[in-house]
Amino acid sequence: MPAPVDPSAKLADYAHPERLVTTQWLADRLDESRDDLVVLESDEDVLLYDTGHIPGSFKLDWHTDLNDPVNRDFVDAGRFAELMAQRGINRDTTVVIYGDKSNWWAAYALWVLTLFGHPDARLLDGGRMAWVSEGRPMTKDVPQPAPADYPVVARDDSAVRAFRDDVLAHLGGRMVDVRSPGEFSGELLHMPDYPQEGAMRGGHIPGASSVPWARATAEDGRFKSHAQLQEIYAGEQGLRTDDDVIVYCRIGERSSHTWFVLTHLLGFDHVRNYDGSWTEWGNSVRVPVETGAPRL
Amino acid sequence: MDLPEPLAELITDFTTVGPKDRLQLLLELSEELPELPPRYADHADQLEQVHECQSPLFLAAEVQDGRVQLFFKAPPEAPTTRGFAGILHAGLNGQPVDQVLDVPDDIPFRFALAEAVSPLRMRGMVAMLARIKRQVRAKSLPE
Repeated sequence: MPAPVDPSAKLADYAHPERLVTTQWLADRLDESRDDLVVLESDEDVLLYDTGHIPGSFKLDWHTDLNDPVNRDFVDAGRFAELMAQRGINRDTTVVIYGDKSNWWAAYALWVLTLFGHPDARLLDGGRMAWVSEGRPMTKDVPQPAPADYPVVARDDSAVRAFRDDVLAHLGGRMVDVRSPGEFSGELLHMPDYPQEGAMRGGHIPGASSVPWARATAEDGRFKSHAQLQEIYAGEQGLRTDDDVIVYCRIGERSSHTWFVLTHLLGFDHVRNYDGSWTEWGNSVRVPVETGAPRL
Repeated sequence: MDLPEPLAELITDFTTVGPKDRLQLLLELSEELPELPPRYADHADQLEQVHECQSPLFLAAEVQDGRVQLFFKAPPEAPTTRGFAGILHAGLNGQPVDQVLDVPDDIPFRFALAEAVSPLRMRGMVAMLARIKRQVRAKSLPE
């Protein structure tokens, strides 16, 4: 049985309030024995979980857990089933994911769970920063999970993942580039203050709209309200919930955040994340690249 | 070329344990990174930001009596970046100028961390070392 949906008023306006939980909702559940709920921390910083985490939560490392060590791809169904089972998760478990950097990697992990069709995966609104800034409990104790039985379920990339050829076929359709304005225009090949990523070409995929991911978050790291998000993506960009949309960034983590916003908070029917993103597109032979500031 | 002894010992420590213990070592080094003395803590503008790092990291290198003194500022919510700073502090602080300048630029890759930490992050540590060496070079020129 999945955990109950967080009934908070803030979440009620979103298209899918069942995909998000508040810090208070989670805190209330830490006191209960909760075999219906497992909490995962997924961070950019690989050591952050070890410095302290939400009591009872498990670490899920994007780099060493979710990526295949050889192919540039995610783990296969067997390995994924192991990762879940090791953390006491079965197919009926509600998985709440949180992390650093306004949930970049948490959203990415949730998106990977979606590829495997995990039925109930939710984000903690505001992520690690919101929890810590409210002075809520943290621990260094690593929990010992009850053994779980997770089925080997084949990954289905077709619905929410786009590959390079999908993007080529989609040219002329709606695309959202969530990187910084300098990366979009082609002045930078990496985020401001970040190391050079080494793409051969700077710029963006022709026709993409520029909506940096952080515009979807408030200063406290939580998502903006439904009305505010609607204003940005529908009002300003003219995106409609029945549009076929592809989102991308540099390696697919920031665009997972925007994928979550469009799919679960605004209720878009068909959003795919291009996780190859600029590190692939900017290095690919014979793909078109556009430069210059966004047209509005 | 001989590496400074503490740095060579750290490389041995990291490369003779498994990946899990390697991360534990990195965490310990991040916790052992010394606090800044007031002359830097109260004057952050005296530190140089290492823009290549994924988290805000600032450093200063001084030369006293022919030996290098290192100072780092890194936020606690970025323990990996702090850990890299911890390696460089534990391995190079107090070492002779020549020894520090002779440290190979690819030394960050000899800690067997690239498989646990993404390659992108390793470049942050390469950049820290480059900036340390540049400051040491500038501050050890004859007057």
